Amino acid sequence: MDSKLPLGGLDALWVYLSTSPLLHLTLTLLVYLIADALFQRSGRKALLNPVLVSILTLVGLLMATGTDYHTYFDGAQFIHFLLGPATVALAVPLYRHLGLIRRLWLPILIAIAAGALVSATSAVLIADGLGASQQTLVSLAPKSVTTPVAMGIAEKVGGLPSLTAALVVLTGVLGAVIGPAVLSAVRVRDDRARGLAMGVSAHGIGTARALQISGEAGAFAALGMGLMALTSSVILPLVLRWVFSA
Amino acid sequence: MLLLCQLVGEALVVVTGAPVPGPVIGMALLFIGLVLRGGIPDGLGHVADGLLAHLSLLFVPAGVGVMVHLAMLREELLAVTVALVVSTLLTLATTGLLMTALIRWLEGSRQEER
Repeated sequence: MDSKLPLGGLDALWVYLSTSPLLHLTLTLLVYLIADALFQRSGRKALLNPVLVSILTLVGLLMATGTDYHTYFDGAQFIHFLLGPATVALAVPLYRHLGLIRRLWLPILIAIAAGALVSATSAVLIADGLGASQQTLVSLAPKSVTTPVAMGIAEKVGGLPSLTAALVVLTGVLGAVIGPAVLSAVRVRDDRARGLAMGVSAHGIGTARALQISGEAGAFAALGMGLMALTSSVILPLVLRWVFSA
Repeated sequence: MLLLCQLVGEALVVVTGAPVPGPVIGMALLFIGLVLRGGIPDGLGHVADGLLAHLSLLFVPAGVGVMVHLAMLREELLAVTVALVVSTLLTLATTGLLMTALIRWLEGSRQEER
């Protein structure tokens, strides 16, 4: 570093780094690794969900340094890009549970279709009743769908994908926290039904929680999440058309 | 790995016309492919497991985008919060109860057949 002008040197370094994609890529990975370590240490407390913690930390950091989102995303887009292939990869766990699907395909399909309908219509109708804007409503509708797919749907139906991503993550954390208690309250004790409900309502974050209940619950949650993504991308545009025409 | 990339590409082409997001079509295609093949190739299994193990990390960049909408969210905080909580509750209960009832019904009718 320049010994005569230490601050000037730092400034130049900062200017250089903040314009290169490397900084925000590394920053995202670093923050996530720390958040994940914190999550593991806490005994996997749902409220310390690493996604939520990372997002809040990064938003704080960007605001503190006055960095705008576009500059950040130029670097972070390399991570973001992987969401597509990751969604395709969901077919692998789905295939592994093929035996389970075959035996119970009818209950699974009916329960998921009902879950998809209730999730989208209730969220949109409640938010509409409380005066949310149409753009918020549309971004809210896919809240129970796993993020990569939800963002795809939001984009298709005219919502804001980034707002949807945030609402999806919030829904996941919420579902993981209240899910087991709600299911016990309505006396759903079958691990297959508990897992499926967690996957359908709280996608990947709910699936992670269901895996802690039992392996069987986890498998049904992964199934619920995968099929919810498929069902919703078909059902949601129809629900939205119905709600907005009514 | 190769298969995976190919499918993503294919999905992107299909998406230009279909009302469903490309990756979802990719997922469905890959699933059908696996069923037809009757197994998961080793390489694909490793790549898929690796990607899915870090699935939560991939949500972060998009989630940070919420900062763009902070002002709007603050205005609609009540509506969004109530909608999220009540709707998630309803979805959990509906799916769980319906699944329990249907499993019971299906397993009951299977026993009667014997």
